[in-house]
Amino acid sequence: MFNVVKAELRKMKRPSLTLVTFSIVTALSALFTSLIFLRLGKPSDRPRGREMAQSVESMAHFDGAYYSFTLMGLFIGLIALTVFASQSSNEYTYGTLRNLLVRQPSRMKLLAGKFFAMSIFATVLVAVAAIVNISLSYIESGYSHVDTKLWLSSKAISGFSTAFGNMVLGTIGYGVVGMSLGIILKSPMSAISISLLWFMVLENILGAVLSSASKWLPGNSLSAVSTGGAKVFTYERGLIISGCYLLLFGGIATILFKRRDVAS
Amino acid sequence: MPQLAISVKDLSKIYGEQTAVSHATFEVPLGSVCGFVGPNGSGKTTTIRMLLGLITPTGGSGTVLGEDIRSPEKYLSKVGAMIEGPAFYPMLSGRENLKVLADLGGFSHARVDTLLTKVGLGDRGGSKFKTYSLGMKQRLGIAAALLPQPQLLILDEPTNGLDPNGIQEIRELIKELAEEGTSVFVSSHILAELEMISEYLVMLRKGKVLFSGLTQELLGNQKPITTVKPEYLVDLSKLTAIVNDFGYESKIENGSIQIPVGPEFGAVINRAAFEVGITLSIISTQQPTLEETFFEMTGEK
Repeated sequence: MFNVVKAELRKMKRPSLTLVTFSIVTALSALFTSLIFLRLGKPSDRPRGREMAQSVESMAHFDGAYYSFTLMGLFIGLIALTVFASQSSNEYTYGTLRNLLVRQPSRMKLLAGKFFAMSIFATVLVAVAAIVNISLSYIESGYSHVDTKLWLSSKAISGFSTAFGNMVLGTIGYGVVGMSLGIILKSPMSAISISLLWFMVLENILGAVLSSASKWLPGNSLSAVSTGGAKVFTYERGLIISGCYLLLFGGIATILFKRRDVAS
Repeated sequence: MPQLAISVKDLSKIYGEQTAVSHATFEVPLGSVCGFVGPNGSGKTTTIRMLLGLITPTGGSGTVLGEDIRSPEKYLSKVGAMIEGPAFYPMLSGRENLKVLADLGGFSHARVDTLLTKVGLGDRGGSKFKTYSLGMKQRLGIAAALLPQPQLLILDEPTNGLDPNGIQEIRELIKELAEEGTSVFVSSHILAELEMISEYLVMLRKGKVLFSGLTQELLGNQKPITTVKPEYLVDLSKLTAIVNDFGYESKIENGSIQIPVGPEFGAVINRAAFEVGITLSIISTQQPTLEETFFEMTGEK
């Protein structure tokens, strides 16, 4: 399987994929961090009845350095989903799957190798986002007079490790959805457009119309994993529900990948 | 060591109500070049896909290099294949595409440049695949098939898109590989090419095997064609009548008469024509080519 991972990573390191993907992640990270610091206020500025954006005081907490990073779950997830979907479905559209299967006839090894390689890519993606977010947070803290004393405390490092782990887990979760749809639909355009439509539009509408459904939706559960959970959607619940969805999608895709004739 | 490179028995593939391959039975001896011919849609590519484990047979059995085709992992490391045209990643260079496959199969990267040079892509290995011409893509496909230093090479229409020089190069390459002991199973619609290089032949039509065996055996069993041409075209109908009097069914083509009979008829018709004052400008006898045999057997034209 190591050979499959190596081959897949060779494909993924092409400039057209890495430059575009990492540029988008860098730009989004910069945008998120900048917006957080631009909107910093004091607790007394809080509008009545409304939750306020982060304050200078709250950003001085141990999690201030990586606060903006924790908000990026959906966006990094969708980027990973796009990459996973295109990497898996393009094998069908280019007709390259037959070449791969001649060189690696074990379809399960091929699938697992591709998944591991893409997971490595997703982890690097999250790491880039974290580096950009934290670096910019440090730079902007000076302009915004945010005290960074606690940002390097052991609690901060431990908190960041957990946040990073959750983000990687959530991102790979989104990736599994993309990869599964890519294999099932055999078309990058269909897989990506259906996923984006669901996660960015339909799930929001469904959640707004049927609030009870929110607790069961895949996007919400993956977001709960990425962000470490919230009161309404706990981390544990997110893990269980997204685990069920991923098992379902991944299971269908695996069966199809293993059994389907490669006739094109 | 198996004595057969490929052996299939009653191999079938049915898609819904459509039978792509029906009870195909043939053998390809180890170390031979075997041509695989048949009209479009006759089941050649489906058969090749079954041999490579890409699709599951509906029925029958088969072995490749002595291993069951239902366990392709046991033999594919010794098989090189190019199926239905070259398929590669357009954004990667030819060299990178080969390296992906080398990584996947656990082959040394050192072979990549050697093979690019061998197929005439030494100076274009760094260009993206999407910039390649059809002929260059085809050459890259052949290079990819040669990556594992295969014992068996399966090529599906390897000369598609190649110019006459390219076709000749591929023919030489196949001959060279065969001399080195590689078994080659090659499908092509350029039958003249196959006739020149194939020791064995498998002929398919509508999913059924029409012939499998030595090429010479197939061609030797065909009736030779004797062609006679009168010096003056006005004598053509008179000459045709004489040929018909001998009890042969003749065919007129380009001002000459083609008669399904051996060279012994040459002297007979020459004498008969001379007696009625007809001078013959051509008397020649030829064995039917593979193409002619193919058209006769498949009923295609």
